[in-house]
Amino acid sequence: MKEKLSSFVASFGLPRLIISAFLLALFILAPIVGVDLPMQITNVINRFSWNAVLVLAMVPMVHSGCGLNFGLPLGIISGLLGATLSLEFGFTGPMSFVMAALISTPFALILGSGYGWLLNKIKGGEMMIATYVGFSSVSFMCMMWLLLPYHKADMVWGLAGKGLRTTISLEGYYDKVLSRFLQINIGKISIPVGALLLFALLATAMWAFLHTKTGTAMTAVGSNPVFAKAAGIHVDRIRMLSVVMSTWLAAIGILVYEQGFGFIQLYMAPFYMALPAVSAILIGGATVNKATIMNVILGTFLFQGIVTMTPTVMNSVIHTDMSEVVRVIASQGMILYALTRKTEVTR
Amino acid sequence: MSQNVPLLEMKNIRKDFFGNQVLTDINLTLQEGEVLGLVGENGAGKSTLMKILFGMNVIQETGGYDGTILLDGQPVDFKTPFEALAAGIGMVHQEFSLIPGFTATENILLNREPKKKSVISAVFGERLDVLNRKEMNRKAEAAIDRMGVKIDGTMVIHDMPVGHKQFTEIARELSKDQLKLLILDEPTAVLTEKEAEALLLSIRSMASRGIAVIFITHRLQEILDVCDKVVVMRDGQIVQDVPAKETGVTEITRWMVGRSVDVAGKAEIRDNPDAPVAMSIRRLWVDMPGETVRDVSLDVREGEILGIGGLAGQGKLGIPNGIMGLYDAGGEVMLRGEKIPLNRPRACLNASMAFVSEDRRGVGLLLDETLEWNIAFPAMQIHDKFLKNYLGGLVKWRDEKAIHDITQRYIDDLAIKCTSSKQKAKELSGGNQQKVCLAKAFALEPGFLFVSEPTRGIDVGAKALVLDALRKFNRESGVTIVMISSELEELRQVCDRIAIVSGGRVAGILPATKPAEEFGLLMVSQVK
Amino acid sequence: MNLKPQGAGKSILNILRNNTVPIMFIIICSICIPISGFSPAYLLNEILTRLGRNAFLILSLLIPIMAGMGLNFGMTLGAMAGELALIFVSDWQIWGIPGVILAMIVSVPFSVVLGFICGKLLNMAKGREMITSYIISFFINGVYQLIVLYLMGSLIPIKHSSIKLPRGYGIRNTVSLLNMRQCIDNLLAIRIGGVKIPALTLLIIALMCLLIVWFRRTKLGQDMRAVGQDMQVARDAGIQVERTRIISIIISTVLAGFGMILYLQNIGNLSTYSAHSQVGMFCIAALLVGGASVDHASIGNVFLGAVLFHLMFIVAPQAGAKITGDSMIGEYFRVFVSYGVITMALIMYEMKKRRQKASIGEQLALAQREGSRHE
Repeated sequence: MKEKLSSFVASFGLPRLIISAFLLALFILAPIVGVDLPMQITNVINRFSWNAVLVLAMVPMVHSGCGLNFGLPLGIISGLLGATLSLEFGFTGPMSFVMAALISTPFALILGSGYGWLLNKIKGGEMMIATYVGFSSVSFMCMMWLLLPYHKADMVWGLAGKGLRTTISLEGYYDKVLSRFLQINIGKISIPVGALLLFALLATAMWAFLHTKTGTAMTAVGSNPVFAKAAGIHVDRIRMLSVVMSTWLAAIGILVYEQGFGFIQLYMAPFYMALPAVSAILIGGATVNKATIMNVILGTFLFQGIVTMTPTVMNSVIHTDMSEVVRVIASQGMILYALTRKTEVTR
Repeated sequence: MSQNVPLLEMKNIRKDFFGNQVLTDINLTLQEGEVLGLVGENGAGKSTLMKILFGMNVIQETGGYDGTILLDGQPVDFKTPFEALAAGIGMVHQEFSLIPGFTATENILLNREPKKKSVISAVFGERLDVLNRKEMNRKAEAAIDRMGVKIDGTMVIHDMPVGHKQFTEIARELSKDQLKLLILDEPTAVLTEKEAEALLLSIRSMASRGIAVIFITHRLQEILDVCDKVVVMRDGQIVQDVPAKETGVTEITRWMVGRSVDVAGKAEIRDNPDAPVAMSIRRLWVDMPGETVRDVSLDVREGEILGIGGLAGQGKLGIPNGIMGLYDAGGEVMLRGEKIPLNRPRACLNASMAFVSEDRRGVGLLLDETLEWNIAFPAMQIHDKFLKNYLGGLVKWRDEKAIHDITQRYIDDLAIKCTSSKQKAKELSGGNQQKVCLAKAFALEPGFLFVSEPTRGIDVGAKALVLDALRKFNRESGVTIVMISSELEELRQVCDRIAIVSGGRVAGILPATKPAEEFGLLMVSQVK
Repeated sequence: MNLKPQGAGKSILNILRNNTVPIMFIIICSICIPISGFSPAYLLNEILTRLGRNAFLILSLLIPIMAGMGLNFGMTLGAMAGELALIFVSDWQIWGIPGVILAMIVSVPFSVVLGFICGKLLNMAKGREMITSYIISFFINGVYQLIVLYLMGSLIPIKHSSIKLPRGYGIRNTVSLLNMRQCIDNLLAIRIGGVKIPALTLLIIALMCLLIVWFRRTKLGQDMRAVGQDMQVARDAGIQVERTRIISIIISTVLAGFGMILYLQNIGNLSTYSAHSQVGMFCIAALLVGGASVDHASIGNVFLGAVLFHLMFIVAPQAGAKITGDSMIGEYFRVFVSYGVITMALIMYEMKKRRQKASIGEQLALAQREGSRHE
């Protein structure tokens, strides 16, 4: 029994265990300290639906051996371009969401291929360079948001008449279009079925892709690129494909996030968006070179659970909001744990 | 030469790697200032013996050794190379152990730099002593002088020609005051003719200063030129220990390869000169580090098993790796009249060629995946096997059942020992991993198969099974096989003809029925 | 080995290629300076101030680069140690130069502990030191917040209410260092025609440079260079690789702590929760602008980089505003340039590594081809 337990801990990972136990403790504590549990559950489910696609975007690159996609902001930028252009072109309601997704697709494909090309040139140093590609592109777009000729009145600064605002309200556009679609209310708990459905669709597609010939090749490239090369696989092409997929999913992911959140956030907002997604998938049990759909679901749930539950529960217990500190330590600690594990030696 | 106590005496040295006996009852003596030439085929046990003497960690990790070593009459047992160094043994390895951005002087005195004390270092410890550059130059210069070959102490290593790097290593050993015995592991392999001559002179001059030298090389003439005595090893035993003056190249070669046992299954060997040519290789060069192929032209006949043999580092491994596109290559390769483009693995596989790599863990297997994936993957990717097509071929879905079936078939056929076809490849033993690699190649149903070092690092029982499987595959399916191996005996058992590669070129092709000495002579010949 | 004939023609090109970043910056600055309309005296003044403020911090990056551990994004740890020390010193109300010196002494134990943790972790992540040190800086930032925001004043005694949050524990968002503001800069300062030269600060920096030059010549420095170039060879020669790497990170962290204290005494107040967050990025960018790379950096790179980077920093917003009429453009431009420079440097470093591998192959192939032609 003891052996079984310790082998379970070893395979599950101690930090992951601590985080799960912590979340469980939060759920148990919540009713005791008088926190509105149904509302908290609604919150967790909602935040799950906003973020899950962004976490899913990690999967292809991990599979192809490109490591954790710290360059997620690049995909987010494609999504933001799609979102702002869709609004600028005058689409409203659910249509604006569909158009945003459509318009962001070519951007994601172009930026993703450029990014993939670069990552093929610098094999072995992907993660650090991905981080800084993300940073540079976000700061480059900061200039672009000011300079690009957007004119729509509710998007640009009122006074100057040009230059996009830092936050753009989505009311009247695609605010909650997915969440409200088929929404189910059970007592005080409401479930955003539409958003969950879209995630389920994308996750199933990803699962299915990994079962096809090309998906199998992608996993093999990540597992042992030399084996794949010897088996006649164009390793660079597969890696490129994975990067494009990841970038596109990030673009869709940010649109889903915005519809839940209700606002488009521009300028420096996408800057640190990769880190929560990275730690979420790691908390879910992924490693630097292995990730499954289950890791995505579990990780997003645990991570968002902690993010939503900690402030309220902590506040009720010790009357201080330590959530930010807890979040930072837990999420960065998880990434650190994954990076320093001896078993995951770089090739 | 009757001195009182020999410098080095090794008595009844025995060593096994997990029950695999690699050294049996080695007895060896060496006098001060004596030069000993150590020769033998790959795997004869030379390097294991030297590792024991030098206290390399791998010996301790694999359970130590039996027997005694006496240095100046005192028993010694080195647990680490540092202990061996302190006792006065120096070793120059085949791979360079130099800091690329340092000068020769800095490398010669690496971690033994003369230092100057200061107030700060008195407080914070001696690592804050300032290096004494003047003294460093003097010491390095003295070591270079002692070697007798002039190299520039201020030159940075990565700007040096290969030969000078080798001399830097030797100078490093010579700069150690306590040095009594120097082991040189194939030092001339990377040297030009002129440099090699200089090195031989310097060995003699070291010996005249009283330093004993153990000189390992495949160039037998050098041994005869420079050594006092020759020790020949074969199969983990010393088969000859004679003064160099009393022997010659032919005799040494015979000792190296000669075996009393007769080859099994010789009757089956076919040599059919009229068979059409299956593959013709012309002027092939391959840039595979350590196994450079310089200029190989070779014809492989339809339906035969062609062996490629030769000593390590001579380029035999480069041939299949280059043709199959894993390393940069040039030249011309024709398969049954079709030109095979080089540097494109996919094209080779499409032309129904397959390759079982010598690097099982690095190239051959997906260690973290199941046996099913390992066996089915190439066939799936190349021939679209084990796939179900949906939407008119747009979606190619993995057919788990077909994959399971084929894997199970090969597990039964090749008697792969595993818990199930879903077991991870990394959990299997070396022999079973090798069988998985074969199954992977067989599943491709190739028309032409390269097999590289199929028995490396696997036990005797598995060896026989693997070789049988190859032979059966050739004889029953009529598939032409090119098998590369360091073990001549193995080639002579399985192959119809054997090509010997030396210095990146084909030294000669002989029917497998020829006596071992003839192959041995080809192995040590210098092809120009 | 006949490389000379090609080498001569390529040398100018090589100089240009190896110094792309500084040359690019010189061009940017020479375009922006006239547009911005700043007077030379003003610029000189600003540059000297910023040099005094930042050079020490940038110098702290040199030693890990020497030890082959790349750009030490974990220098933020040292900055945090320096801030902790300053919080304590201002709570003890020790001001002026004694305060600065005391803060430096107090920062050392913090820096050593943090540096040791960082070094240990980096030894567990060989080959991806940079991304790991980057994440470490975030992680320790969380711990720092925990200590400063929750434990100080509750568990750790803080007497003075002026630096505490009104709720009774935790440190305020800004801690005023007015009483030690520029105390080192002003002592022995020389004024020449409106340009203030902070002579003592510059002297301290010069001493630091001498210390680094001296350090390179010590046994430890030599060991670090050896470890940085080839860990395996260094280990075979008996050098304690892991220990040496940890020492290099500890030294860097301690120096970064001193650098941060000097930096903050110049600024005159401490933004408790954000002062350190950008320091690593700006220092690394400045060093790279000076022509350093991931595996090579000199003292010259530090000064050239500090001057060029800060020149760009001063003139870009003004120039941007003059060109586009929007002052934010220049702000964003300089942020973009900072990140862009780091990205470029990282890419160039990785590509160089790959190119070296490929060129070995090319040379061999060429030799073989030539060899076979002679037959």
